[in-house]
Amino acid sequence: MIEYEKYLNPTLCSVKPSGIRKFFSIAEEMDNVISLGVGEPDFLTPWHIRQQGIDTLERGKTRYTANAGMLLLRQEISNFYARRYLVKYNPEDEILVTVGGSEGIDMCIRALVSPGDEVLVVEPSFVCYKPIVEVCGGIAVAVETSSENGFRLTAEQIEKSITDRTKILIFPYPNNPTGAVMRTEDLKPICEVIKRHNLFVLSDEIYSELTYGGDHVSIASIDGMQERTVVINGFSKTYSMTGWRLGYALGPAPIISQMTKLHQFAIMSAPTSSQTAAIEALRNGDKDIVKMRTDYDMRRRFTVHAFREIGLECFEPEGAFYAFPCIRSTGLNSEEFCEKLILSKRVAVVPGNAFGDCGEGFIRVSYCYSIENIKEAVRRIGDFVNEQKENYGS
Amino acid sequence: MDRLLYLLENNPRLSNNELAVMLGVTEKDVEQKIKLYEDSGIIKGYRTVIDKEKLHDEKVTALIEIKVHPKFGRGFDDIAQRIADMEEVESIYLMSGGYDLCCLVSDKSFQEVSMFVAQRLSPMEDVMSTATHFILKKYKEQSVLFADENKDDRGNISL
Repeated sequence: MIEYEKYLNPTLCSVKPSGIRKFFSIAEEMDNVISLGVGEPDFLTPWHIRQQGIDTLERGKTRYTANAGMLLLRQEISNFYARRYLVKYNPEDEILVTVGGSEGIDMCIRALVSPGDEVLVVEPSFVCYKPIVEVCGGIAVAVETSSENGFRLTAEQIEKSITDRTKILIFPYPNNPTGAVMRTEDLKPICEVIKRHNLFVLSDEIYSELTYGGDHVSIASIDGMQERTVVINGFSKTYSMTGWRLGYALGPAPIISQMTKLHQFAIMSAPTSSQTAAIEALRNGDKDIVKMRTDYDMRRRFTVHAFREIGLECFEPEGAFYAFPCIRSTGLNSEEFCEKLILSKRVAVVPGNAFGDCGEGFIRVSYCYSIENIKEAVRRIGDFVNEQKENYGS
Repeated sequence: MDRLLYLLENNPRLSNNELAVMLGVTEKDVEQKIKLYEDSGIIKGYRTVIDKEKLHDEKVTALIEIKVHPKFGRGFDDIAQRIADMEEVESIYLMSGGYDLCCLVSDKSFQEVSMFVAQRLSPMEDVMSTATHFILKKYKEQSVLFADENKDDRGNISL
């Protein structure tokens, strides 16, 4: 018998797997479940975008593109960021087209983090940052936000976590799982701290087009921040293009250049048909975004209201497509809640602690579902909550 | 289109309270606006989309192309209105192209459709000719898919 440990990278082996694997394996295997559990849109990719992808295949444009992505696509990305978020990037050397936002995050962290570097990770947040930092030998330091602050990051919170080894802040807004956003007035004070301590920022803006009641503000648009920020974004959430696997990174040329080098060796180039479809999305997809955003917004109001009606505290999310109700009143922890809920009512939601320890006491509810689906799921959750409260109270 | 109309068209069973929550307005606002739409004839009614094939009652739907003589000063309105008044007719439209009026007759037996065309429609003075097409299978009606429902293929859970 081969001792595989001898061959495997010990740093990788020491990275902790997701703590909620047990619940996930239950949830994945179960049939007849009403789910509010997925992190991807229910809309299909708009037809004109799909058609562009098909056309590319039909014409046999199936070769590699430039490593950094097609120049035309980088130009359109540059236009998009300039017109939507008022930040200008040079398509020649400040943009890298990646395989989903995920690859951009990976490339960026690997380009920046050396062993021993401390990286501040705002939590709750998407699950990939910490493991990648750790694989690079970095130390991920959680900066915990809370519902009292609307899950926003404050200058004091960063200040408290900074040491002389702190190098990077990972800044995930609009936020998965909480739905929190950062407005200009929230960004300014934290940018002062970032500049004073000479930190670099990885801003994951994958949900930037899904904000309600105010446009997204990129941290890179704040004075003096563009030069110390890599922005990650992509097409998955904005245009319902999850399976196309296409994203991009924007940042200062010296950093994008190193990321591109790594990307060239690891990936070569992002899928060609996805890139041409993405050009179509950026050129003619604004109306699709408006339609989807309008729909999400109505479902968002419905979902938050429905959770409050069944007696669960629910912070008002202003971005992404998640609500993050608090379930502490049931006396259960997040995982117990989700496990019992799916077993007894066949409704799937995600335990908040999947997104960091401070997500404990919450569940992530996705509202990219039809209203009928949301209504029935919340009705069942309501029954479940009542049963739990009766038990808990007695 | 107005968001309220959009919601009513796609989810007609939502209560006024639910509509108000989704639109961020009061229930009273919703009530008043719906009344306004109804009174002004923008909202024509509320109907349920039923897949009658599943009821196995052997009824058919026919699409009838009609060529007519337009009347001086009245165009097609006169004859179209007279056909629209017949209870068998579900929908009738004035068309561009090779014929004038397109008429839908549904939930009738084959025999009933034949009788309707032969005895009521064709003999009308201004009707020049008709062509009756029977619908063989419905795939989608009023934006509702009749074929097997699209199953959500996203799985139960993902981060």
